[in-house]
Amino acid sequence: MMATRRAFLAHSGAIVIGFTLLGGKAGRALAETSGRVASHAYEADQAIRLGQTTTDATQLDSWLSIDRNGDVTIFSGKVELGTGVRTALGQIAAEELDLPFERVALIQGDTARTPDEGYTAGSQTIQAGGVNVRKAAATARQVLINLAAARLNVPSDQLNLADGVISSIAEPRRRVSYADLVGDQRFALPIDDNVVTKDPSLYTVVGQPVQRVDLPPKVTGGVTYVQDLRLPGMLHARVIHPSGVNARLAQVDESSITGLPGVVKIVRNGSFLAVVAEREEQAIKAASQLQGTWDPGPALPSQDTLSAHLLAQQTQDKVLADTGDPDEVLQSNATVLQATYTQPYQLHASIGPSCAVADVADGQYTIYSSTQGVYQLRGAIAQLLNVGPDHVRVVYMEGAGCYGDNGSDHASAEAALLAQAMGRPVRVQWMRHDEHAWEPKGPAMVMQVRGAVNGTGTVAGWDYQVWTPTHTTRASGQAGNLLPGPLMDPPAPVAISANFGGDLNAITNYGLGANRVTAHWLPLSASPLRPSALRSLGAMANTFANESFMDELAASAGADPLEFRLRHLNDPRGAAVLQAAADQFSWQPRTAPSQSGSGQGLAFVRYVNALTYVATMVDLSVDPQSGQVTLGRVVVAHDCGLIINPDGLKNQIEGNVIQSASRAILEQVTFDTSKITSVDWSTYPIFRFDAVPKIDIVLVNHPDQPA
Amino acid sequence: MTFTLTVNGQQHVVDVAADTPLLYILRNDLQLNGPKFGCGLSQCGACTVHLGDRAIRSCVTPVSTVGDEPITTLEGLGQPDALHPLQQAFIDEQAAQCGYCTNGMIMSAAAVLKQNPQPSDADIKQALQGNLCRCGSHVRVVRAVQRAAESQA
Repeated sequence: MMATRRAFLAHSGAIVIGFTLLGGKAGRALAETSGRVASHAYEADQAIRLGQTTTDATQLDSWLSIDRNGDVTIFSGKVELGTGVRTALGQIAAEELDLPFERVALIQGDTARTPDEGYTAGSQTIQAGGVNVRKAAATARQVLINLAAARLNVPSDQLNLADGVISSIAEPRRRVSYADLVGDQRFALPIDDNVVTKDPSLYTVVGQPVQRVDLPPKVTGGVTYVQDLRLPGMLHARVIHPSGVNARLAQVDESSITGLPGVVKIVRNGSFLAVVAEREEQAIKAASQLQGTWDPGPALPSQDTLSAHLLAQQTQDKVLADTGDPDEVLQSNATVLQATYTQPYQLHASIGPSCAVADVADGQYTIYSSTQGVYQLRGAIAQLLNVGPDHVRVVYMEGAGCYGDNGSDHASAEAALLAQAMGRPVRVQWMRHDEHAWEPKGPAMVMQVRGAVNGTGTVAGWDYQVWTPTHTTRASGQAGNLLPGPLMDPPAPVAISANFGGDLNAITNYGLGANRVTAHWLPLSASPLRPSALRSLGAMANTFANESFMDELAASAGADPLEFRLRHLNDPRGAAVLQAAADQFSWQPRTAPSQSGSGQGLAFVRYVNALTYVATMVDLSVDPQSGQVTLGRVVVAHDCGLIINPDGLKNQIEGNVIQSASRAILEQVTFDTSKITSVDWSTYPIFRFDAVPKIDIVLVNHPDQPA
Repeated sequence: MTFTLTVNGQQHVVDVAADTPLLYILRNDLQLNGPKFGCGLSQCGACTVHLGDRAIRSCVTPVSTVGDEPITTLEGLGQPDALHPLQQAFIDEQAAQCGYCTNGMIMSAAAVLKQNPQPSDADIKQALQGNLCRCGSHVRVVRAVQRAAESQA
C-alpha cells in the first residue's frame, strides 16, 4: 500500500491531512478522535523530524532535508497547479542527487515551510523554480560528497554515488549512506550559487517521461484538492456576492431566512455578506433565499461598443520598439494595409469553482488555499484581518486548474474573514455563478496594425498599437486587492498600479523594416470588468494580431505564409521549429486565401521574444451559413530548450491547444449595464469533446539550452 | 428525514432534508472525494456517480429519489491496490492535467463501457459530451477509455 514515503506524501497532497490516509479505519479513527490537535501536532512533529525550521531562501535547509532513511524532501515555493511540475521538480532533484525518483518527495507552497518563490505563474516554474531546486540538490550533493570523503578517507573525485550510497570507486565496500551522513539533521549551510550541476548528457531521470505522482490519488478519490479538506468543527459558508459589478449593499432582511435549519450566523461587514451554516446544503439554501437590497452603482458601458469605449480612454502610452520612420515609409507606400483586432473579456473557467478553508486557533490563522502565491496572499489576508503576518499561515492545496488569477485568492480571503468572525474553521465554496461572475477576467484588448511590403515582398513598414489594461490585479500583499477588501466598512484601498503583461509579444521576432510598437495602457477604471492574469497574458491577443497581419501582408506580397515568415525570421531555432511543423503537417504552399470554406493556417511565436519557440499549423473548415469553425488537425512544433519530462510537456501542449482554440473560436464574457450575464456553462460555452481536433506534437529537444 | 443508502457496498443511514443533493451527502457525510462539485447544474459532469448501472449527476439528484439502488463512486470502482481497468488506463495514458474532471470522465466512461464494451472514438466522444474539461485532456481521455476497453476485451 503506502510502502514508499513518496507514495504516502503524494497520496496525501499535503502533510497536514496526510494522517487521514493511514488506511481506512485507522485513519478515520485517528481523525475522529484526535481532530485538530492531531493535525497540528502532526505538523509540528513533521517539522521537527524533518529538521526544517527556516524558510530563508539562502539556506540549504530551506530547500531540502534528508531523513533517517536517506529519503529526500524538497521544499518548493512553486506549486503543482495540475501542470505536472511536482513530478518534474522531483526529477530535477533526484537527478542531481543520483537518487531514484521514488526517494524524493516534495512539500510545496507553505509559508511555514517553503521559501518564497513568488507566484507559480508565467511559465516560470521549471525555468526559475527548477534552477533553485537544481542548485539546492547539487549543493547538498557536494556537501554529502565532502562529508563522505572525510568519513571514508577517500578523495572526493574517487567516490561513486548511487541510490543514496556513496562508495569508494576503488573499494566499493567502503561506503556510507546519505542517512548515515546527515539523516534527520540540518545542514546549517548556505546554497552554493556557483555549484557545479550535472552535465545533461549524463541525465538518467531528467528527460524521461516519468509518470506523474499526483495522478494515482486523483483517479481513486484520494484526498487531493482543497475541496476535499474536512476539519473537525468546520462550518460551511456561502458568500452572497454583489448583485452587479459595481453594486453595494443597502439592506439585508435577515428575517427572510428565519427558520431555515442549520444557519449559524449571517455575517455582514459593509457590502461583504455571507451565511454560515452547519451543513453545506443548508448554507446554499440560506444564501439563495437571503434577501438583500443592492444599490447598482455606476452603469457598465455597453458590451456592443466596448472597443470604441476602450479606444476613447485616456491612456499611458509607451513605445516598446522604434526603428526607422514607419510613418514616412507607410505614407509613401501605395498599398498600406490596416487592420483592427479585438479580444473580448474571457474566463479562466476553472472546472472546480474556487474553494478555501480557514482555521483559527489562539489567534493563529491557517488558510488552506489553491493560491498561486502563498506569501503574497498571506500578507494581504493579514492586512484584511488586521493581524500581523506572523499570525497567518497559508498552506497550498490544489484546486482545479486555475490558468492564472482566478477566484482562489478571493475565496481564501472570504474564508479568513469568516473564520475570524466565527472563531471556528470555515469552508467557503463558490457556486458556479460566483466563479463566472467574480473571477478576475482575461482583459478585453484592442490591437491596430498598419503595414506595407516593398517591391521585393518584404515588410517595409509596420506600426502596431495595443490598447490594454494591466494584466495583473493580484493580491500582492494588499487587502484592498482582495475581493472583500473594498466591500468592507471602511473599505480597504485598492492598491493596483503597475502596468504589466498586456505588452507581451506585442513586439515580434521578425525583422520588419521601419517599425514601431506602442502600448496604450488603460487605467483600471477604464476596464469595466476586473482584469487579471489569464494564461499567457497579453501574448495571446498580440500574437493573434501580429500573425494575422503577417498573413495579410503575405497575401499582398503574393507569398506563401510559411515562406513569408521564414523570409523575415533571422533565427535558426525559430526557422527549425517552423520547418518541423511544416514537415509534420505537410504544409501546402499557397499564395492566396482559400475560397472553398476550408483551409490551413499557421502561427509562429517566441514566447516573450526570448523563451520557448512555437509553430502551430491547423486545418479547419468554416460553415458559411452559421459561421461555425471546426478544427480538423493541429500540429505544434515546440522548442523549450532542455525538456524535463517529455510526456508532461506534451500533456501541457495538448491542453494549451484545446484551451486556446476554445478561447479563439467560442469564448467571450457577456455583460449588461450592471452585471455579468455569462454565469454558467450554457451562457459561457467552452470546447466539449465534439470540438477537439487531432493533435500532433513535435518536440524539439535542446538539452544544451536553458529549460 | 432518515435515508438508508447503499454506497460502494456499504449501508449508511443519514438524517438530512429530503431535497439534499446526493453529492453533498457522499462528500460531507460519507467523506468521499470521488464525486466533485463543478457546477451544481448538471452541465459539467464532475459529480458523476453510478446509481445501479447508470451514470447520474449527483449534484442534481435529491437523496429522496435514490431509493435502495446501489450507489458506486470512484472509490468503489477501484482502489490503489486493485484498480479498475479505467483507473489503470488513465494512469497509463497520463490522461489528466489538474484532474478535477477525472472522476466524471472515469465514471461516465465506466457506464458507457458496460453498455458498449468496444466503443469507437466517436462513441466515446459522444458519451462524454456532457463532461467538461478545461485543461484540455480530451485526447488522452479518449485514448485511456480505448485502452481500458481493449484491456477488457
